[in-house]
Amino acid sequence: MSSSAGLADITEHAGGPAPQQVKTARRMSNTLIATFGVVPFFLFSAMFLILPTLFLCIGAFQDQGGQFTLENIYKIFANQFLLDAYLVSIKISVITALGAAVLGFFVAQAIVLGNLPAWLRPTVTTLSGVASNFAGVPLAFAFLATIGPTGLITGWLLSYFGINLRTLGFNVVSFWGVVAAYLYFQIPLMVLIITPALDGLKKEWREAAVTLGATPLDYWRYVGLPVLGPSLIGATVLLFANSFGAIATAYALAGPSLNLITIQLYNQIRGDVLHDENLGFAVALGMILITGASNAAYIYLRERSERWIK
Amino acid sequence: MKTSSVGAWVAVCIGVFYLLMPLMGTVEFSLRMLRGTYSFEAYKILGTGEFQQSFLFSMIIALLTIIVSVLIVVPTVYFVQLRLPKLRPIVEFITLLPLVIPAIVLVFGYLRLYNSSSWLPLTGTAEATNVLLLFAYVALALPYMYRAIDSGMRTVDVRTLTEAAESLGAGLGTILFTVILPNVRSAVLSGAFLTFAIVIGEFTIASLLDRPVFGTYLQNVGAGKPYNASALSVVAFAITWASMGLMQVFGRDRRPKVAH
Amino acid sequence: MAYLELKSIVKSFGSTKVVQQFDLAVDQGEFVSFLGPSGCGKTTVLRMIAGFEQPSAGSITVEGQEISHLPPAKRNIGMVFQAYALFPNLTVGQNVGFGLKLAGVPKAERDARVAEMLEIIKLPQLADRYPYQLSGGQQQRVALARALAVRPKILLLDEPLSALDAKIRVSLREEIRALQRQLGITTIFVTHDQEEALSISDRIVVMHEGKAAQIGAPFEIYNSPKTKFVASFVGTLNILEATVMDWGQMRLSIDGRDVTTSHGFTAKAGEKVSVALRPEAATLGWTNDGRNHMAGTVEEVAFLGSVVRVRVRFEHQTISLDTFNDPANPPPLRGATVAVAFKPEDLIILEGGTTEANHEPGTAVDAPVAVTELA
Repeated sequence: MSSSAGLADITEHAGGPAPQQVKTARRMSNTLIATFGVVPFFLFSAMFLILPTLFLCIGAFQDQGGQFTLENIYKIFANQFLLDAYLVSIKISVITALGAAVLGFFVAQAIVLGNLPAWLRPTVTTLSGVASNFAGVPLAFAFLATIGPTGLITGWLLSYFGINLRTLGFNVVSFWGVVAAYLYFQIPLMVLIITPALDGLKKEWREAAVTLGATPLDYWRYVGLPVLGPSLIGATVLLFANSFGAIATAYALAGPSLNLITIQLYNQIRGDVLHDENLGFAVALGMILITGASNAAYIYLRERSERWIK
Repeated sequence: MKTSSVGAWVAVCIGVFYLLMPLMGTVEFSLRMLRGTYSFEAYKILGTGEFQQSFLFSMIIALLTIIVSVLIVVPTVYFVQLRLPKLRPIVEFITLLPLVIPAIVLVFGYLRLYNSSSWLPLTGTAEATNVLLLFAYVALALPYMYRAIDSGMRTVDVRTLTEAAESLGAGLGTILFTVILPNVRSAVLSGAFLTFAIVIGEFTIASLLDRPVFGTYLQNVGAGKPYNASALSVVAFAITWASMGLMQVFGRDRRPKVAH
Repeated sequence: MAYLELKSIVKSFGSTKVVQQFDLAVDQGEFVSFLGPSGCGKTTVLRMIAGFEQPSAGSITVEGQEISHLPPAKRNIGMVFQAYALFPNLTVGQNVGFGLKLAGVPKAERDARVAEMLEIIKLPQLADRYPYQLSGGQQQRVALARALAVRPKILLLDEPLSALDAKIRVSLREEIRALQRQLGITTIFVTHDQEEALSISDRIVVMHEGKAAQIGAPFEIYNSPKTKFVASFVGTLNILEATVMDWGQMRLSIDGRDVTTSHGFTAKAGEKVSVALRPEAATLGWTNDGRNHMAGTVEEVAFLGSVVRVRVRFEHQTISLDTFNDPANPPPLRGATVAVAFKPEDLIILEGGTTEANHEPGTAVDAPVAVTELA
């Protein structure tokens, strides 16, 4: 903001004949230097973000000979195996996003509005920062060690509560095991995303509602949740994208056999299991579209929620 | 105690339990290698050359990632704030891309674009692949680094600092690295620790590029040695914890307040 | 019996007592302001009436009914907050109708009441707008309508004007007062702005360190402040340190100049007391009507337009006085020797002056040597 105003200043004050030339020359050299300064960034972005993505997106619309075609897209929809993989990925992402949204919201609500001791909030926030970044292979082993067949919690549940996870049909190296592990980084991520939104709920809204005769439930129903609505939905969408693109945790936990779209893509990259290079590109394109759409929705909803809270 | 705070306590306790439970489970499991007794036997894997090599490799890659990220991001943020504000929307959009494009898709693109028969065969040799891995991690870290440094530079008056340094005859390099960078040190550090936490356990990209990092090593150990894998997971957890803790410590602005 | 009565209210947070032995009786339809600096406990008292805080001791009654055990939602109280607390997700009309909806008022009746309230605050055209589309002044009027729509017994206003621009602040406070009179609603108004409190209230409670320093009509508070705190907080009074010469004759000495007061007090000769003098009560020049006169040097002359404020220095202390601008009579020059004249009844003796004087920082009390010499 200040920099753009400053630039306007420079442009406006560059009047007068003699100093103008000096200033213009100086400004040109400044702009030139500045341009050189951002070259590495754009070069890097082009080479390692934009070109690789474009390469896949274009490849998704080409046949083996490089001709334009929609064949690859059709093939995805004709391939039940791939459709299932997308579906399982979407299912796991929806479940973990919704689950984490609800649980994370309760935790965030507790630390922001729950009248708890002041030290609790930074403690939970730091813990959330750690946990939301603790994903991948180590997380998978942590869950194996904890709720796996000989895990600590499995043992406790059996010996103290008589609950046998295995006879209940729970297996950590399966869909629900992956869900449990994903929740480990999804819940704290939700806490981190939604805490600022909860801070935006003014104490006065609750108090005003209460003096007008509202019960706590009335307040949440008519004011709290509607105000938080866009933030809550936006955060859920972001959690969805976060889960949809993940692979390492699931791969280390359930192995290459779990039919997630990321795992199928992993297998395809390693050994062209689809025997169709361009179909692989189309699979990648599908993933980009799904995560891209969720991120766009997140940004849109975040801006909507900021409009209200001013 | 009010009833509302009872509910809050319950929510926090369940949440914290869920976050600490796997840690307890892993620690306990890692001590169970010798039958019938708790021991640090599983942690002996930390003494093996394989572990140390992969861990050292990951550490080096992580440090290089941080350095390259800073070298790319600091000048960009500086010039965008100072002289090229029109580029801001484009730059911000680009820095969000790594959050939108899944890492596995990115690496897929790399492998096809920079394969050994391409114009830039970055997967041709081990050294070149290491460079590719490094840039892939820089891409992963970009959203976090950019935001940390951008918000850090917004809090210091970049323009005045620059003009003051220029009036004293400082060149651009001096300004950037002895004036601007120290002033956004805490922002850079918090971005750096987050980057470190992300890179040190990364698996997907390294595995597909076939580089011997800590993440892929851990995956291999896990295939046959569950107790050792648990011990290594505890180490990974400790590193994440330390990174985030250091981020909290250094992320705070510790410059003394101006006395009036 | 008073409509709203607070008896021996005490409020402690941990070991700090923020409100101590607070008593107040408010009549039906009365407009009472709580005036004081931040941290004086005024907002805490208001929040105890609303039910957001529980008094540690004491009772609060409305129409003789004890309400301190009731939750806020059951007290039938309307409240307006400093930060515009309109619900951002609801339109102006929905905001105003919120309390009625919760009370189960049928829609037709509710709509009529909302329309009526918007008419009263003169914003009928804004019913379908959202709060973020309104100015601060408009939002605060809507908040007022929302609080009043449910016909509360008491209206509580918590610094409702503080966040507004100076101009809107004045016009809105006049509107609030007119509306309050029209509806005859008992109102408590919290503010730290003395001008606001003086202009709007039936009575003012000046609060200091959790206690009511003085309760009275604006005229009384301004003209006869009881304590040094009230004198310094309300208006721009001159507060001076005086040494008692003879309390029987009510003779005092200020910086070695003899003055008399018509207000009785009890103190020994040689004791120090705080006295107050309003700037507009003093004039320049000698007179023959029994006024006090103090000779001094003009230190500062500030021309404020219709009023000229002159500061005159004696030995250690100064008096600021206001004279009306008179084109025929230019103000004195700096450095000139002048006489400051004022009536004995305008020299107000402040309570607690003898004890507080030495401890209160920031007042011009720095001549113990001179005082002993005079005594």
